[in-house]
Amino acid sequence: MRETKMKFSHESIEINAGLMIALTMVAISIGGLVEIVPLYFINDTIEKVEGVRPYTPLEQRGKDIYVREGCYLCHSQMIRPFRDEDMRYGHYSLAAESKYDHPHQWGSKRTGPDLARVGGKYSNAWHSQHLNKPRDVVPESIMPNYPWLLKNELDFSDVADRMRALKMVGVPYSENDDEYAANVAEFGEEMAKQFDINTADMNLIAQAQSNDYDGDRTRLTEMDALVAYLQVLGTMVDFSQYDEGYFAEFR
Amino acid sequence: MLSAFVAFWRLNNRFSIDSFRVGFQPMAHGAVAANAQYNYEIVKKFTIMALIWGVLGMTAGTYIASELAFPFLNFDIAQITFGRLRPVHTTAVIFGFGGNALFATSYYVVQRTCQAPLYSNWMASFTFWGWNAGLLLGVLGYMNGITDGKEYAEFPWYLDIAIAVVWVVYLIVFVQTLRRRSQPHIYVANWFFLSFILATAILHIFRNLAVPVGLFNPTSYGLYSGVQDAMVQWWYGHNAVGFFLTAAFLGMMYYFVPKQAGRPIYSYRLSIIHFWALSFMYMWVGGHHLHWTALPDWTSSLAAAFSIMLLLPSWGGMINGIMTLSGAWEKLRTDPIMLFLITSLSFYGMSTFEGPMMSLKSVNALSHYTDWTVGHVHSGALGWVAMVSFGSFYHLVPRLWETRLWSTKLVYVHFWLATIGIVLYITSMWVSGIGQGLMLRAFDDYGNLAYTFVESVVFMHWPLVIRALGGGFFVAGILLMCFNVYMTIRAGKQEKAILEEKIAAKMAQAGI
Repeated sequence: MRETKMKFSHESIEINAGLMIALTMVAISIGGLVEIVPLYFINDTIEKVEGVRPYTPLEQRGKDIYVREGCYLCHSQMIRPFRDEDMRYGHYSLAAESKYDHPHQWGSKRTGPDLARVGGKYSNAWHSQHLNKPRDVVPESIMPNYPWLLKNELDFSDVADRMRALKMVGVPYSENDDEYAANVAEFGEEMAKQFDINTADMNLIAQAQSNDYDGDRTRLTEMDALVAYLQVLGTMVDFSQYDEGYFAEFR
Repeated sequence: MLSAFVAFWRLNNRFSIDSFRVGFQPMAHGAVAANAQYNYEIVKKFTIMALIWGVLGMTAGTYIASELAFPFLNFDIAQITFGRLRPVHTTAVIFGFGGNALFATSYYVVQRTCQAPLYSNWMASFTFWGWNAGLLLGVLGYMNGITDGKEYAEFPWYLDIAIAVVWVVYLIVFVQTLRRRSQPHIYVANWFFLSFILATAILHIFRNLAVPVGLFNPTSYGLYSGVQDAMVQWWYGHNAVGFFLTAAFLGMMYYFVPKQAGRPIYSYRLSIIHFWALSFMYMWVGGHHLHWTALPDWTSSLAAAFSIMLLLPSWGGMINGIMTLSGAWEKLRTDPIMLFLITSLSFYGMSTFEGPMMSLKSVNALSHYTDWTVGHVHSGALGWVAMVSFGSFYHLVPRLWETRLWSTKLVYVHFWLATIGIVLYITSMWVSGIGQGLMLRAFDDYGNLAYTFVESVVFMHWPLVIRALGGGFFVAGILLMCFNVYMTIRAGKQEKAILEEKIAAKMAQAGI
C-alpha cells in the first residue's frame, strides 16, 4: 500500500484519539486567535474621537429593555459608508461609538431601519406613541405594539449592581473619589455625576423627571428608560469637528 | 492548494483499509448480543426529543414569519412578540432539533463504529436531561424577557454554566467510548463529531464570558464590548453554523449515507483533506458578517478570503457524499430515504456556494441586513441540516425499534412537502432581500433617495407571506414524519410483544 511507503501516514492520527484531539484543537484555534486578539492591540482599531461616554443609569436601563425585547433582531445600529446610508441615516458608525456597549448592538438584519443615529431625530412624544402603537404614526409598519412599556413601572432596584457589573467589564463608572475625579477630567463634572454608582437611583429619577420621556411625570415607566436610550443613540460624537477624511485613516 | 486538491481527487481512492468497513458491515450473527450491549435507549430518547423540538421550533418559526407578514399576530402579548419568540425559534431548531439529533446519532454511530458500548450510561442520561432541561428553561426565559441578547447565545449566565457542564460530560462519554473501540481505527464520522464537540466547547465558553449582576439576578454583562464583541459574536455565530450545523451533520452523513446506500464512502483521501481543511478554515470566516462595518478592513477581508477558499472543502464533502451513490443511482427511484440524503447534500452544495458568493464585499453590500441572508441560512438549515436528519432518522428509527417503517409512501409525501417548502422559502427570500437591497440604494434623477424605508417594507409583504407558507409546508412535513415514526414504534412494540408471547408459549410447550 502506498501509505506505508510514506514517512507520515494519516493512519497514525486515526488510531490515536489523543493525537486526533490535540491536532483538531490546533486546527480550530488558529483562526480565532489571529482575527480577535489583534483587535485589542492594534491602536487604530478604535478611532480617537471625543464625546463618546458611558450611558447614564436611565439610558443603561433603557438599553437593557432594548435587549430584553429583542429589538436588535430587526434593527441594526451600524451605518455603513455608502452614499444611500449616509443620506438615510447619517455619518457611518465608528467603532468608538459602541465601545461601552456590552453587548454590542450592531445587529444583523434590517427588518426596520437602522437606529445608530436615531437620537434626536424624533420627539419624545413620537417615540412614545410609536412604541406603543407603531401603526398610529407609520401605517405601513410591521413592528409589534409595545403597550406594556407605558404600563410597567421601571424596576431600578438593581441599577447600582448593574453598574458595578459593567464597571468590572470595563465601563468607567465610579465608586470612590479617585474614580470620580478621573471621570470629571475625562467627561466633565455634569456627566461624571451621572456615572457615580453611589447616586445612581437619584440620577436615574432626576433624568426621567426633567426630560419627561413618556409624557407622564407622575410615573417612571419602562418607556422613560427606552426613549432616553433611543434619544442618545449616535449623538455623542460631533462630526462637524472632524475633517472629511479623518476617520478613513482608521479603517 | 487547488492542485493538491485536484490531485487527490484524481486518485479517486475507495476505502481499502479494513477498519473503514466497520460502519458498513451488515448485521452479523452476533448482532443480537451486540445490540443488547449497545445503549440504544439513550439514542431512542434523543431521537424522540429531536422530533418534539423540531415541531416546536419549526412551528415557532412559521409563526414569527407570519407575524412579519401580518403584525396583528403579535396580539400585544409580550411573550409572543417577534423579538422574544425569535430566539425561541432559533434555539429550538438549532439546539433542540439539531442538538438532540446530534446526540442521538453520535451516540449511535460511535457505538456502532467502535463496536463498543457507551462509556457510561448514567453520564449519557445526564446529558439527555441536562441538555433538554436547560433548553426548556432557556426558551421559557426568552419569552419572559430573560436573555443575554447575543444572537444564538441568548442563554442567561447560569444556563451557560449548566450547558458547559453538560457539554464536558458529553465530551467525556464520547472520547472514552472512542477509547474503548475494539479495532485500531477511528471511523471518519467520529472525527467530525469530535471536532464539533471540541469546537462547540471553545465557542460556547469564550462567547459567554461575563460578569453576573448578582447571584440571584439573571442579567450579566459580557466581557467584550463594541467592535471586539462584534467580532467574537460572529466568530461564535458563524462557527455555530460551521461546527454545530455543518461538521457534526457531516459526521451524520458519513455514517448514514454509505449505510443507506449499502456502499463504501467514495473517497477516503477526500474525507481526510475535507476534514482538516474544514476544521481549520471555518474558524476564520466569521468576520464576513461584518463587511463595511466599524470592524477593521483587514479582519473582514481575511475572513472573506477564507470564505472563498472554504468552497473547496465544502464541495469536497458534498462530492464525497453524493458520489458514494455512484453505481447505485437507481436507489433514488426506489428509496425515499436516499432521496432525502442526496437532496440534503445538494442543498449543502448550493448553500456553500451561495455563502462564499455573499462573502464578497460587493455582493455583501447589497445582501447584508436583508432577507437574502435569512434565505441563505434556511437553504442550509432546512435543505441540509433538517433533510439529512430526516433521512438519518428514517434509517435509524426502524433499526432502534427492530421493525420496518410503517409507511414508505408517507416518507415520499414528507420529502415533497419539505422540498416544496424550502423552494418557496428560498425563492421568496431572494425576491424580498434583493428587492429591498436594490430599493434602498436607488436614487432618483436628482440624486435623492428614490424610496423611503417603509416603502421597502410594503414591497416585502407578499414575499413574506409566501415565506410563511413555505414554512407551513415544512412543518406539515415534520408532523407527517412524527405520525409515521409513532406508528412505526407502535408496530415495533406490538411485534415484540407477539414474538415474546410465542416464545413463552413454545417454552411452556417444551416444558421448560
